[in-house]
Amino acid sequence: MMSKVKKKVKVIKIDVDKCNGCRACEIICASFHAAPKYSSNNPARARIRLIRDPVRDVFVPVYAGEYTASECMGRDKYVIDGKEYDECGFCRASCPSRDVFKEPDSGLPLKCDMCEDDPSLKEPMCVQWCLAEALTYEEREEEVEEDVMLGDMELGLKSLVDKHGLQQLVESVARMSQKS
Amino acid sequence: MRYAETGYNLEIDLTRGNIERVETDPKLAELHLGGLGTNAKILWDRVPPEVEPFSPDNLLIFSAGLLTGTPAPGANRTIVSTISPQTKLMAYSMMGGFWAPELKHAGYDKVILRGKSPELVYLWINNDKVELRDASHLQGKGTLETAELIRQELKEPNAQVASIGLAGENRVFFASIEQGRSSCSRLGIGGVMGDKRLKAIAVRGTKDVNIARPADFIEHCNDVLSYVKIREKNPLGMVPPILAGLGSPQEMKIHDEEWHTTNFAWGNARHRRKDFWTKEVEQSWKETQESARERFLSCYNCPMKCGASVSYPGVSKYMMKCYSKLTYTMASMSDLDFGFRIAGPAQEYGVDGFTTPQTIAFALELYEAGILTDQDMPGMPSDTEGRFFWLLDRIVRREGIGDILADGTYWAAERIGKGAEAFAHNNIKKHEQLPLKLGMMNPLYFLMYCTGEKINITQIEGQFPQAPFASKEETEDFLKDWIQVPDEKFKQYFRDWENRGDHSIPHYPTVEMSCEIVDWMEKMHYIDDATGMCAGLSSFPLKPAYHMHNWATILSAATGIDLDEAGLSQIAKRNRTLIRAFNVRRGLRRGDERPPEDHWKKRFPELEAKLLDEYYKFKGWNNQGIPTKTSLHELAMDYVSEDLEQRGII
Repeated sequence: MMSKVKKKVKVIKIDVDKCNGCRACEIICASFHAAPKYSSNNPARARIRLIRDPVRDVFVPVYAGEYTASECMGRDKYVIDGKEYDECGFCRASCPSRDVFKEPDSGLPLKCDMCEDDPSLKEPMCVQWCLAEALTYEEREEEVEEDVMLGDMELGLKSLVDKHGLQQLVESVARMSQKS
Repeated sequence: MRYAETGYNLEIDLTRGNIERVETDPKLAELHLGGLGTNAKILWDRVPPEVEPFSPDNLLIFSAGLLTGTPAPGANRTIVSTISPQTKLMAYSMMGGFWAPELKHAGYDKVILRGKSPELVYLWINNDKVELRDASHLQGKGTLETAELIRQELKEPNAQVASIGLAGENRVFFASIEQGRSSCSRLGIGGVMGDKRLKAIAVRGTKDVNIARPADFIEHCNDVLSYVKIREKNPLGMVPPILAGLGSPQEMKIHDEEWHTTNFAWGNARHRRKDFWTKEVEQSWKETQESARERFLSCYNCPMKCGASVSYPGVSKYMMKCYSKLTYTMASMSDLDFGFRIAGPAQEYGVDGFTTPQTIAFALELYEAGILTDQDMPGMPSDTEGRFFWLLDRIVRREGIGDILADGTYWAAERIGKGAEAFAHNNIKKHEQLPLKLGMMNPLYFLMYCTGEKINITQIEGQFPQAPFASKEETEDFLKDWIQVPDEKFKQYFRDWENRGDHSIPHYPTVEMSCEIVDWMEKMHYIDDATGMCAGLSSFPLKPAYHMHNWATILSAATGIDLDEAGLSQIAKRNRTLIRAFNVRRGLRRGDERPPEDHWKKRFPELEAKLLDEYYKFKGWNNQGIPTKTSLHELAMDYVSEDLEQRGII
């Protein structure tokens, strides 16, 4: 029998009408997540991407979500108020059908972590740097059923297994442990 | 590891199609920062004064600034430098947008182009993969259209494209290079790009730009953003709305155009219309603007929104910024509606929004004066707006009279003759100026107009208010938090400045004060142009986010170069002096340094001579405006004085 627990839900509200397309969200995200922190900038490593097309008036900040090993069976394409958005334009997945939300060097998937930090930030950095207030931060509590959660490392390993297969991963780990 | 800069340039020989990636000397950043500074160094070293603008030996340099691609808010400028076909001097024109940051992320600080391609090509830079591609299918295509076609054929929606239109292809002397809503417009660099048969440069990059002292640096960036927020909430009440905030003039946001429409001259920089701005005009222009503007637009990593996308009936969607909505409107003595209708096609053709309307207005004046006749203008429509469109089409194609007008007012007047020269009345160093015709000579503006290497006032002025304020209270209110002054004495200069009496123009600010004030304003622009910072957050508005007291520490944190305020001043001076020396080598002398004769009604020849004498001295130049051996030595540029000596210039 699972028990109910309270969970903090972090929400970034995206008001696409307020976006002016400056990409500060991408820049500060990439810089914040650099190691050491802020030591480099590279929007290609950002966990938020601005889908930006001024001629069609499309400005959609999208956050990196789950990695998926295979692409969807079909694609979605939204038309809202007569404006046509890109295929998969609102999708958060790091997926084989497109090159967003992948580390440019390794190809490994990127995922927004809401700028988890110690001490924790009052708001994710993208929100702090969005002076247009297209991105705003909200928190609320929700009751959810307790679930067995995978740890960070396990999540990372699982995505590597999805990408390369368990056998390769095991071999790599074995090789690495021999080297060290 | 290199910080802030990538440490690599691309060298492209268009004649042979050769492409090289060349490591740069890290010392150059210490001497010149980057951007305009290092562009000037390359042009000095590699383009001797005999080289004509349309020679294969002329270089066309696309550069990022030193901070471009770092998280410094507003550091997004592309600085393009070459020899101007119009002035034959160094042309440097800058654009915001997204191009230079992408170049940095591709791993390069500059693209240096030489030679001439046999066929029309475009350059595609995709990280380490760089290639010249056929562009014959893009011939005659518009600037925005070209960018879109290239992104589609490369299947790279994230590629940033800088391109020329018909005007550039046809070597119009005021052709621009366009990129989204941003453009390098002044001095005809698009014409040089066309001469090199280069239609566009597309770039995509996914590499890191490194920061030397990350924690320090980001703190400065956060401070800048906090300041911008405060400044945005508290516009300056003592100046017209258009000058009250940060950014380039907020033309897309502000409807109140009383200042421009009543202070600037209409037509061919001729008529002041002091009673133009009425309630009816205000209402009608407000409606026009609201219906045209779709969305405010920002450049890369900048919280300002100086541009907008424009969706106007009967015109393809385009993007606009700053003052171009008024240049066509006012040159044609027409309406804002016309401004929005012609600016779109003009941008697709790729022409300068200042020089183009002025050249057309100049042609129409010549026609009215009988100097140009129906024989010169066969088939020209009878209405002014129709004529503007008609002449624009001919200029960008260099057809008929358009071929002459495409050289700008100075050279066109020379070719037309018959007294046409008197109609090309608004130039400095052969280049068209803002349409301003004023009363009393202003010593600050006199110096900036005469000596500015950019030959464009908006790229020189900014830090010091344009005039005294109406009341003492406003003055004190302004002075109380004016932290940007390099020295407290500037506050007193301003406090004592009055609209009438002994402490008013032309004799106050005094010659000595004028030298100091102008030097400060100019220094700020030279720092921006080397770092890639947008003037809109730094050198152009009053009370900017970046100033003499925080610049050195910001640059130090980003680059690791040990730099203080005095050291930074020295670099700015070095860059400024090098460009002066470059132009001197190409023949620039004191005689060229004068404002349009009719810029001010009341002139003071003796005072003006004294201003120039003293400013030259202040700068370390001789009485002809030529940098002296001593000052070049102090700036570690003995190689420049040796060259000038060999040529018998000093």
